[in-house]
Amino acid sequence: MKTSGKSSMLKRVGSRSAYGKRKAGFPGNRRLATTVLLVLTVCFLAAVTIMGYFWQEEAVRTDFSRKNLPPCVLYPFGTDWMGRDMFMRTITGLSFSIRIGLLTAAVSAGIAFFSGLAAVVMGKLVNDLVLLFIDVVMGIPHMLLLILISFACGRGFWGVVAGIAFTHWASLARLIRGEVLQLKQSQYVKIAERLGKSRRYIAFCHLAPNLISQFVTGLILLFPHAILHEASITFLGFGLSPEKPAIGIILAESMKYLAMGKWWIALFPGLFLVVVVLLFHYAGQSVCRLIDPGSVHE
Amino acid sequence: MKERNKTASFAIWAGGQAARMVLLLLLVSMVSFVLLSVSPLDPLQTNVGQAALGSMSPEQIERLRTYWGVDVPPVRRYTLWLIDLLKGDMGVSLLYRRPVTEVIAGKLSNSLGLLLTAWFFSGLAGFFLGILAGKRRGGLADRLITGYSLIAASTPAFWAAMMLLMVFSVYLKWFPIGLSVPIGASVGEVTLFDRIHHAVLPAVALSLTGISSIALHTREKMIEIMESDYVLFSRARGEGEMEIVLRHGLRNILLPAMTLQFSSASEIIGGSVLVEQVFSYPGLGQAAVTAGLGGDAPLLLGITMITALIVFAGNLTANVLYGWIDPRIREGALRR
Repeated sequence: MKTSGKSSMLKRVGSRSAYGKRKAGFPGNRRLATTVLLVLTVCFLAAVTIMGYFWQEEAVRTDFSRKNLPPCVLYPFGTDWMGRDMFMRTITGLSFSIRIGLLTAAVSAGIAFFSGLAAVVMGKLVNDLVLLFIDVVMGIPHMLLLILISFACGRGFWGVVAGIAFTHWASLARLIRGEVLQLKQSQYVKIAERLGKSRRYIAFCHLAPNLISQFVTGLILLFPHAILHEASITFLGFGLSPEKPAIGIILAESMKYLAMGKWWIALFPGLFLVVVVLLFHYAGQSVCRLIDPGSVHE
Repeated sequence: MKERNKTASFAIWAGGQAARMVLLLLLVSMVSFVLLSVSPLDPLQTNVGQAALGSMSPEQIERLRTYWGVDVPPVRRYTLWLIDLLKGDMGVSLLYRRPVTEVIAGKLSNSLGLLLTAWFFSGLAGFFLGILAGKRRGGLADRLITGYSLIAASTPAFWAAMMLLMVFSVYLKWFPIGLSVPIGASVGEVTLFDRIHHAVLPAVALSLTGISSIALHTREKMIEIMESDYVLFSRARGEGEMEIVLRHGLRNILLPAMTLQFSSASEIIGGSVLVEQVFSYPGLGQAAVTAGLGGDAPLLLGITMITALIVFAGNLTANVLYGWIDPRIREGALRR
């Protein structure tokens, strides 16, 4: 765009405000659309989780009469070398990943919430300790810390859970600490201090309620990360035994068949994993947009 | 005089940052040591196996126990390890049966080219894509780039690597399936071309997934700038779009983008653990997995220290770079 001069500026400014007006012209529509899509997304994810939970038995059923089938109508994701239905295995694996993701994200967000709050409320020593700990956790590469913690727990299911729960809190804790620092400067907190309210009272009655929206958005945005890391750590072979239908294990197994041209074993489970993570991401962003008071009129 | 004061204060500030880094490294070593020593995994069981243990004489088992250091109390082990570390000795890798420093040096030299290439290209591409997207919010380029970034951020690096492997190595046969050198070739026969040929796909897999965070951040910053008053004013003065981006956009974005890129070392290393596993690339990441699965505590500890050192060095560079270019940061830090 090489047009210059006043008229072009006016045009631009004009077009910008027109854009703004167009957005404001349909009050509620964007919110409504977001809400509908959000509900659909959540329903889909819940369906995957629940279906996978009930298919656990079915997913490991071997049937050598149908082994190594490429995708067809009956088996949309094909079957593997033991004749297991890859569609069922994928769904069960994802269901498992989602459940671990929910659990670990909740624990992580809880740690972040309390450490962020404690850092501000409980004095300088705690503050320094929390900051130092955040730096240490963020200093070790994520995957390596996961390996270390899973090693410390003797691998297995709880190693994976502890690993993901204890590696994801750091950045959220930093965010919440910043938020608390700001809140602490506000008038009503200062007045409460003057009135002689205890630090605990202020922390839980004045500060914590104001952190809820931060906490919820942080928590939801942790899900996709937790799921991705669960897939990664099980892929590397830490954690679960090979017959468990975790998505990482399915993909690790499919590695062996890559060179043999059985593309479906690797393609579909991975693609489905990406879709689920994307949907979680989308759901998180929608919730953030819906909670954020600034976008009420969009 | 004033100039010298500034340099001195900057030196003090940078020194403080470096001291903090050493402290953090010490803490990292403690945390990892604690994690490694609370592990209930018996190194003998994992590596020798129950059956083999059962057929051994007690003396043999005793010798193995001392080799794997089962009976030494943890605190004593830590102090011994720390003293050795200061002498430049990180112990002996239990699986490779060579000094840890030697193993790490070998693996790191394999990985370093991969890491640096991926780091550089993902940074560069992410930066330009971010500018392109942020230049016109809601435009076609913006939607495409944001969409790609979101998908890339949701794709596990190992799966992206597997897909690349499947398409380019198995079907098209353009690239080798794994390892860092041709199979069966002696060291003398391996050419630089061979090495690059083997490293292309892992590097691409790492870069593709690494682009998203820098692209999204740059985009956000760019949108902010394009909506600022000074851009509006320069439009009013009749500056062209290209000029605005180069003059007002680039200058304001470069610094935060560089900072972000320097502090992203952790993610690239994390990704390399996965990607190297897929390509059986004998680098640091694969060594970490082997050590973790095999219970090789000294090696795992050494790798943690080295990677933490790289991450902290990246963060330090970012901070110093920022402080050096933007005086507000270091003065703010001094006042506090």
